[in-house]
Amino acid sequence: MSYLFDGTYAGFLCCVFDSFARKEPEAIPLLSGDQSADLFKAQRTVITDVESAKRVQKGLEKHLGAVAVRDFYRVFLSEDRKAWLAAFRVISRVFTAGPDILQNFGDDDVICFSLTLKKVHRERHRMKAFIRFQKSSDGLFFSIVEPDFDVLPLIADFFRERYADQPWLIWDNKRKYGLLYDQITVSPVQLSPEEKMALTTGVTLTLDERDEHFQHLWKQYFQSTNIEARRNMKLHLRHVPKRYWKYLPEKQ
Amino acid sequence: MERIEEKLKILADAAKYDVSCSSSGSKRKNTGGIGDASASGICHTYTEDGRCVSLLKILLTNHCIYDCAFCVSRRSNDVKRAAFTVEEVVDLTMNFYRRNYIEGLFLSSGIFKNADYTMERLLRIVKKLRTEERYNGYIHLKTIPGASEELIREAGMYADRMSINLELPTEAGLKMVAPEKDHDSVRKPLAFVESQIRELRSESKLIKHKPLFVPAGQSTQMVIGATPETDLEIMNVAKTFYRDYNLKRVYYSAYVPVTNLNPLLPQIGSAPPLVRENRLYQTDWLLRFYGFELEEILNPGHSQLDLDMDPKLSWALRNPQYFPVDVNTADYPAILRIPGIGRQSAMKIVQARKFGRLHEYQLRKMGIAWNRAHHFLVCADSPIILGTPSMISVKAAILQKPVLSKKANQLSLF
Ligand code: SF4
Repeated sequence: MSYLFDGTYAGFLCCVFDSFARKEPEAIPLLSGDQSADLFKAQRTVITDVESAKRVQKGLEKHLGAVAVRDFYRVFLSEDRKAWLAAFRVISRVFTAGPDILQNFGDDDVICFSLTLKKVHRERHRMKAFIRFQKSSDGLFFSIVEPDFDVLPLIADFFRERYADQPWLIWDNKRKYGLLYDQITVSPVQLSPEEKMALTTGVTLTLDERDEHFQHLWKQYFQSTNIEARRNMKLHLRHVPKRYWKYLPEKQ
Repeated sequence: MERIEEKLKILADAAKYDVSCSSSGSKRKNTGGIGDASASGICHTYTEDGRCVSLLKILLTNHCIYDCAFCVSRRSNDVKRAAFTVEEVVDLTMNFYRRNYIEGLFLSSGIFKNADYTMERLLRIVKKLRTEERYNGYIHLKTIPGASEELIREAGMYADRMSINLELPTEAGLKMVAPEKDHDSVRKPLAFVESQIRELRSESKLIKHKPLFVPAGQSTQMVIGATPETDLEIMNVAKTFYRDYNLKRVYYSAYVPVTNLNPLLPQIGSAPPLVRENRLYQTDWLLRFYGFELEEILNPGHSQLDLDMDPKLSWALRNPQYFPVDVNTADYPAILRIPGIGRQSAMKIVQARKFGRLHEYQLRKMGIAWNRAHHFLVCADSPIILGTPSMISVKAAILQKPVLSKKANQLSLF
């Protein structure tokens, strides 16, 4: 039985809620556009209801504590359907068998959940590392990224605390949304459908006059701090995979 | 504009032989300014030699009154000299930091005029960053040997980490290539800073808002392979320094030849001993996180680490009496000693077996190096073997694996 939901985390939690309410433990959470949403298999559209989602969230918090429950959200951000299913089943089992289930690393769902969590953590860490701000002439520090997973929500606090005294914008170019910090709060920004259409003519930012200078110095530093006698490109590539180079000035 | 680029080139080049790039362990939070050094360290990029770039690592100047033969900045060396102004370092640091290029500044210096003069300049920079720029990012500051205690104490109020390098692992080695230097001038400031940290810690139980003083602790570095110390000697020194000065890290830096004029040192062109350096780091980790005693890994009968295998595997092969370990019954420390099993997987095993005896297919998924580990463990579906395994055949089986024979590029831990 496929459960088609709206792609929000609340919707995901509602899949859990519905599967209990309807006694359908075999449900598979998917999006309506998913290839694997088999047309010939039974499917049901899950309506996102904030109250139901909250009840699942509260229930999990009672079993696991608020901190551990955030892990389900993180795994959800992987956008990986296998991991969604594993997380869905693990949540169900927390309710039926108790919180210890999370330590059962011999279990396929638990290990899939824990490996995905690790991957999301790594991507989040990478974004903390690989985000490069450019300064615009009006003082906005902006950055474009294309993370493997939807990790922007997981780095907002970090950047807000660190760069508290400068306005910044981090734009996820894969998912076409961004986070904007105005020195008070961080809020999501989206393109309107018209803007999406007109993106070629779209927004242009002029750079601060010293920005290129510092990008240049950074590249210079990157070269000078390298020790040629220790050259090890394999290790270099393992740490800075090629797909991230596009937005790293030192790799241009 | 161009001048600053040239300075950066010279002074980053001269600073790069200091391998420490850690930016973790501080507690400094953003208090109304910019920056936060409380998070764990972040490598913002990696050089083509595969090393982490976390900090803007520069010298204030490469002018030096000393003539240490192993150092590019030695006074007799014919290199271009440069010096940053205080403002230049502050401007570079702030602009790199604001663009998220770096976690902070690692500031060191050649010694010009005298120790206090140099230390005073370094102090001015870190003070300006903290008080005028309200910068709370990470600062790693070199302690200049011979600087006065007042200057060191004040610098410690602004720095997150301080370090001072032993350079050569033994006094005898140091005397060979840098006769003007001695280990005592390293020990004294290390001990002084350590005593200040300790003092503040005991006071802070009484005061509510304790001032930060070198919150990320101290570290040191030894150059490996410039002088003929054994691995046992090196690790003995490391052990002593960890213990006596409560160091956060000891760094081992494979010597990169910088001169052909000193016959005692490896000549330019000879490869830095990278594998050996990696083995020393692995040993360091085994001692600090894996419950090993130094004598188990290095002793007078075995004073050099094997280059073709990591020290844990080497220990296991020399101690067949401990194996195989039954992962379904053994305690955590015993599982941790199995080659190919790290701390995280050992923890997973101990937790997962509460739900039933573990089988091979489950262990394989937990992220252990099965090809190595399986020789040393038994699980629920292991074939029954009588007696202990022959370590000669185990060694042969493991070392013929292509992954391990490409040792030159194998620089990961375990
Ligand atoms: S004192 Fe330091 S900078 Fe000067 S030559 Fe010796 S090692 Fe190099």
